[in-house]
Amino acid sequence: MSSDLTPRSDGSPEATGAHGVVSGSGVNDRLARPDYAGPGALPLAAVDHTPRRSDLYPKAARRVERQITLMFLLSMLMAVLFIVGYVAIDVGTEIYIPVLGGVGFQNLVLGVTFGLGVFLIGAGAIQWAKKLMPDVEVVQDRHPLPSTPTEDAKAAEQYQRGKEESGFAAYRIMRRTLIGALALFPIPLVVLVRDMWTNDDPALAGQSPAEILSSTAWTGGLRIVTDGTFQPLRPADIPVGGLVSALPENIEEIQKEAHNLNERGKSAIILVRMDPEDIRAQQGEGWDYQGILAYSKICTHVGCPIALYEHRTHHLLCPCHQSTFDLADAGNVIFGPAARSMPQLPIGVDEEGFLVAASDFNQPVGPSFWERG
Amino acid sequence: MSITEKVGAGTADFADQRLGSNKWLGKNLKKVFPDHWSFMLGEIALYSFMVVLITGVFLTLFYKPSLVEVVYEGSYVPLKGVMMTEAYASTLDISFEVRGGLLIRQMHHWSALIFVAAISVHLFRVFFTGAFRKPRELNWVIGVGLLVLALGAGFSGYSLPDDLLSGTGLQIARGIAQSIPIIGTWAAFLLFDGEFPGVDFMSRLYMVHILLIPGLIIGLVTVHLMMVWYQKHTQFPGQGRTNSNVVGYPLLPVYMAKAGGFFFIVFGIITMLSGLVNINPVWIFGPYTPDQVTAGTQPDWYIGWLDGALRVMPNWETVAFGFTLSWNILIPAVIVPGLIFTAMALYPFLESWVSGDKREHHLLDRPRNAPVRTGIGVMSIVFYGLLWIGGGNDLMATTFNLSINAITWFLRITLFLLPPLAFIITKRICLALQRKDRDKLLHGYESGRILRLPHGEFIEVHQPLNNKEKAILMAKLDSEQEPLALPAKTDANGVKNKGYRVESLRARLSHFYFADTIAPPTREEIEAGQAHVAHEAELEAPLHEYEEEAYVQVPFHGGVLHREGAPMTNAEALEDSRRTD
Repeated sequence: MSSDLTPRSDGSPEATGAHGVVSGSGVNDRLARPDYAGPGALPLAAVDHTPRRSDLYPKAARRVERQITLMFLLSMLMAVLFIVGYVAIDVGTEIYIPVLGGVGFQNLVLGVTFGLGVFLIGAGAIQWAKKLMPDVEVVQDRHPLPSTPTEDAKAAEQYQRGKEESGFAAYRIMRRTLIGALALFPIPLVVLVRDMWTNDDPALAGQSPAEILSSTAWTGGLRIVTDGTFQPLRPADIPVGGLVSALPENIEEIQKEAHNLNERGKSAIILVRMDPEDIRAQQGEGWDYQGILAYSKICTHVGCPIALYEHRTHHLLCPCHQSTFDLADAGNVIFGPAARSMPQLPIGVDEEGFLVAASDFNQPVGPSFWERG
Repeated sequence: MSITEKVGAGTADFADQRLGSNKWLGKNLKKVFPDHWSFMLGEIALYSFMVVLITGVFLTLFYKPSLVEVVYEGSYVPLKGVMMTEAYASTLDISFEVRGGLLIRQMHHWSALIFVAAISVHLFRVFFTGAFRKPRELNWVIGVGLLVLALGAGFSGYSLPDDLLSGTGLQIARGIAQSIPIIGTWAAFLLFDGEFPGVDFMSRLYMVHILLIPGLIIGLVTVHLMMVWYQKHTQFPGQGRTNSNVVGYPLLPVYMAKAGGFFFIVFGIITMLSGLVNINPVWIFGPYTPDQVTAGTQPDWYIGWLDGALRVMPNWETVAFGFTLSWNILIPAVIVPGLIFTAMALYPFLESWVSGDKREHHLLDRPRNAPVRTGIGVMSIVFYGLLWIGGGNDLMATTFNLSINAITWFLRITLFLLPPLAFIITKRICLALQRKDRDKLLHGYESGRILRLPHGEFIEVHQPLNNKEKAILMAKLDSEQEPLALPAKTDANGVKNKGYRVESLRARLSHFYFADTIAPPTREEIEAGQAHVAHEAELEAPLHEYEEEAYVQVPFHGGVLHREGAPMTNAEALEDSRRTD
């Protein structure tokens, strides 16, 4: 029987089969040359086998037994210590440990006790296998995977019987309509996906995704407020070389109404101020205000917010993929994977002297999309 | 019979009466599994996945997949009173309020990282040893599927805490979805329920992470293992190991103890690691808002290559007929990964088509004996490694004080230069190793003993190989493959061969794959070589005799050169000699 175990001492080339080619030998010249048999031809029985100390000396075997028992005992102890740590240590206690730094004491104790307890079970089991269980390899034959011709024929016969009994071949129209019905049946499942998003925001009524992506909350006269404290800004608040992250003044209301941060992800801007002499180009005539320029904060590559600004070179660097934009030169790309310049927001001041947007962006902010053009 | 045995026998009988399971047990408890350290790599993947599942169930008890904004009132002082989503707040609670919660969270993250790493190294082992060849091609395809699913599981998982880092990752994913031609915006809106970050998205991602992907992984892992079981594991060539047998340890008890014990080892190491080494400290990053980002953002290691591809890609974009094609996103994030995974899945079929080899292979190749395959493998690893470096180009620049632009340009060029170079070098090394093997088969190994012959000539004495090594070297024969011959343009009657172009491509590929090889020695050559070795031994024999006379046997090995099983002390040696007497 092919699955029988053959103890290694019986392994001979005859018994184990020489360099077996299971099925369909190739037309291989180099292989067909009978130089010498393959690796298996050297019988396993001839493998040098050094008995282990635990095989030879009962004393050594007993020592291994003691070791393994100790591991299992320690494992049990660890389970107890885990419970002690769980109950006795406060979850907020921090301790300082060299190399690791300040760590949560309970986390450390729980991890080490639980981990060591589990580890010792494994270590004991493997030590058991390596030192006390047989270390002599055994041989088993492989079954040929393909079916025999008789089995093949039987399968074909059964198929033929099914085909004839069902009349699948004979009823042509019925067969084709069945295939048609099966082809259409998944369609409802696909259609159901449509309502994963519906445009139920009254402010965006009737707009397609591309249209929604193309407009932001900015309108002419809308004040610019700082991100975080939501204070309106005067030109004097921004020093030359400075950068301020900013949002439209109604952002909090929008967020409260929409219960999401979507608008923040589109209308976030940065304000930078440079010597008006340094501005080489802008996206529109007079879009700055006394050297203050407003650019979208959302990268035109894949949409990371950007705030790494080097004021001497006026370069803006995206921390995600290192696209670099020159804010003194109309926000153009000077390096990296972004293809489009950062959209500029035209700004001015209102009668009270606060910075305001002059209009919305003249192009969609953020990453490109198919309908963007 | 002890009580345990009685209960066990009762259970076995109960099952057997209903399932006939004893038939199966009787046959399979002695099933043989070959032993090799590299076969543990797949086990690590399996066991770390089990740890992921166990810890994941615990995390679902406390995590809330909701983007509703709440005010944080927990015990982590720096964030007290800060507005954040419930997802982030519940992650903080798991880390700071639930006892052992941080440990389980860190175990979940560590084991996920180890899971993907183990899959990758397991894949290397299977690739370089040719274990994917017939009849195991389907299991290879399943393995590639599992790799892709593991990446998806990892990405969807580390996006759930909704901290600043994970939100940025999602924003990038959304940017990629949006770049897809024609359907991009709609796909992004449907998946994310509108604009980014939206509200419903987190619960959808949660479903993907805890139901969809794990379900698929469990299903595929089951099939993967059943196929290994049914087809039996491959084995490395060695003494007594043929293509039609399995040499190793029986399932009960050795393999069960080793593999079962190894599960606990992996589990234990992950747990200790999670107790000792902090990972993904989301509380430091703060809650996600779409208008903030931290510098030096890094994804988990297995996403690094994709991020690197995005970083090093030149900024190509085409606008035509009012539509935008973002090659700068499509190529690195959609096309290249798609091609890589497709090529990977199809590789076994490509190789068997090129070789024309229809045999079953249960003996593994030594990587050197398949130089072109090994070269392709190393080439791919180099390509991956360069992209991975690209993913950390900002950290490289700040750490080593280099220009980030220079690193990026370096990668843009070397991505095309280094992989082919790696291929050529690897192939040369493989062939050199083959040559060395052939020499060893012919003459045995160099003993390092220099002999001066009476007429003044110096020779180095060669020593015959032992059977174990000989068996391994002879395995070259099993890996040998004759390149396919070029097809004829016309047949004997002058009729044009319709499949000529495809067949000649196949023949040329076959030549590329198999033409360069160091032919294994013939029997005559080996016999001649062995005669040579015998001759040298003869020359050296008088020396040995002389030495043996002068040699005093020292029974104690002193522990320094002690071999396993040899006596440890003088007393033991004495006991030994008495017993043999």
